[in-house]
Amino acid sequence: MKILVPVKRVVDPYAKVRPLPDGSGLDTAGVKFDINPFDEIAVEEAVRMKEQQGDVTILVVSIGGPECEEQLRKALAIGADEAILIETTDSLDSSVVASELKAFIDEVKPDLVLMGKQATDEDTNQAGQRLAAKLDWPQATFASKIERGDGVIHVTRETDTGEETLSLPLPAVVTADLRLNEPRYIAMVGIMKARSKPLSKRGRLTDAKPKLKIVRLDSPPPRAAGIRVKSVDELVSALKERGAL
Amino acid sequence: MKNFLLIAFDPDDALQGAGFAQSVGGGFDLLLLTGEGSLSLGAEKVMTTNWETIPPADSLATGLLALCQGYGKVAAVSSMRSKDVLARLAGLLDCAMVTDVIAIAGEDQYVRPMVAGSILATVAVRGDQTLFTVRPAGFPTQATDQVSEAEPLDLPVAGKTSRLSESAKKGGRPDLAMAKVVVSGGKPLGDAATFEQVIGGLADKLGGAVGATRAAVDSGIAANELQVGQTGKIVAPDLYIAAGISGSTQHMAGIKDSKLIVAINKDPDAPIFEMADIGLVADLFQAVPELTSKV
Repeated sequence: MKILVPVKRVVDPYAKVRPLPDGSGLDTAGVKFDINPFDEIAVEEAVRMKEQQGDVTILVVSIGGPECEEQLRKALAIGADEAILIETTDSLDSSVVASELKAFIDEVKPDLVLMGKQATDEDTNQAGQRLAAKLDWPQATFASKIERGDGVIHVTRETDTGEETLSLPLPAVVTADLRLNEPRYIAMVGIMKARSKPLSKRGRLTDAKPKLKIVRLDSPPPRAAGIRVKSVDELVSALKERGAL
Repeated sequence: MKNFLLIAFDPDDALQGAGFAQSVGGGFDLLLLTGEGSLSLGAEKVMTTNWETIPPADSLATGLLALCQGYGKVAAVSSMRSKDVLARLAGLLDCAMVTDVIAIAGEDQYVRPMVAGSILATVAVRGDQTLFTVRPAGFPTQATDQVSEAEPLDLPVAGKTSRLSESAKKGGRPDLAMAKVVVSGGKPLGDAATFEQVIGGLADKLGGAVGATRAAVDSGIAANELQVGQTGKIVAPDLYIAAGISGSTQHMAGIKDSKLIVAINKDPDAPIFEMADIGLVADLFQAVPELTSKV
């Protein structure tokens, strides 16, 4: 079985980011970048499937500038077999990413695409579903458990009211949620060791154009300063004053 | 092409989403997938499928495709189920989609949060068709006298995915995303029984929903579907009470649209106090039961 895991380079999800003063983009000065945490969970899941079942090859792909090699190296260090960078400096949105991945998948023909449910920079939660639609493959988003059967996978996914389990014939697209697994720790030395694994670069496969354009970025308005109360009685009075009780 | 279609998974969803449809203006049609009602929201036309359950996304998107091709704008309230199917529909229609709209900025421009809500992006859409998932807090629904006639609609659904099992919704308490009051607890609650007794007790007294932090969910104290935050539910109640919650960025991203935030925490330096409207530095095991007895 061949598993393709698309990974995105994002600003460190634990760093505080601000817009540039003119609102034209993110102020990334001094901010670290990492593999999108949900994509990392997807890579980890693919590697676990390989470790448990053996007959699995894992391909990772990223779309972006040459700096994305760093995140592909990390995916290789987690245990992916081969990495491809679709190198471009074009501005991308979820629809362009889905178009590029669709064209790439038509070439490499994986049995399963495993990817993050959303990227923690733009938080759009679209790429996996758009890709599944373009491929006319079934999808399971927000996955918390994946079990492989004969030509099918059973995916338990989180829903608004709990969870459900779906059966999908392969090939399929699955997007990973937080509880699918906890990715292993990768030491720097592991990333260095992964340098011997194949990583190749190529250009874009389509001329798809973004359908969304970011006009400007702002910081959210600050919340008005709150008050401190000293006791539950004071809290009850404050709530009554504000009509909350 | 018609102006606007609001897709509602149930009548509550229709009530929440109608505010955005009204704000966009120019009239809208409503598609109600389950349940009955929602007929006085100002829709020009209400279509009902009367389904017992919502089909998996591939079936549902295929079923919605022909109908949605006739509308310039198609929207649904932000939820896991709406993101699941609308983004697939955006792929089928090859059109723009704006996730989690919180405001309208101008002609074909919308505001949406990014990076766990620490950035607000104004985005412009290209093309003559756009899909939206919408956070309803910024778009209160105006009551109207206009009652629309519901007409049954037969949406043919077909897909490759089959549903093997589904956990039943736990009854009793209001839905987190819709509740006027939410009481949430964190990991300090310790175990599931204590969590239910302390947090559930106050929520029931206030007629509210129960929420939890990711840490509480991960340590098995609270159920998955109760998680509030960037990767869980986004809530916007009139009153949000956080007990034993330090206030991670991830959690705060899910509650910042709440009208009134109350924090009860024994650590006076907990980050949640920076965002709380009313803060009480106290041991939650004493303060919450006392509050429950006094409201």
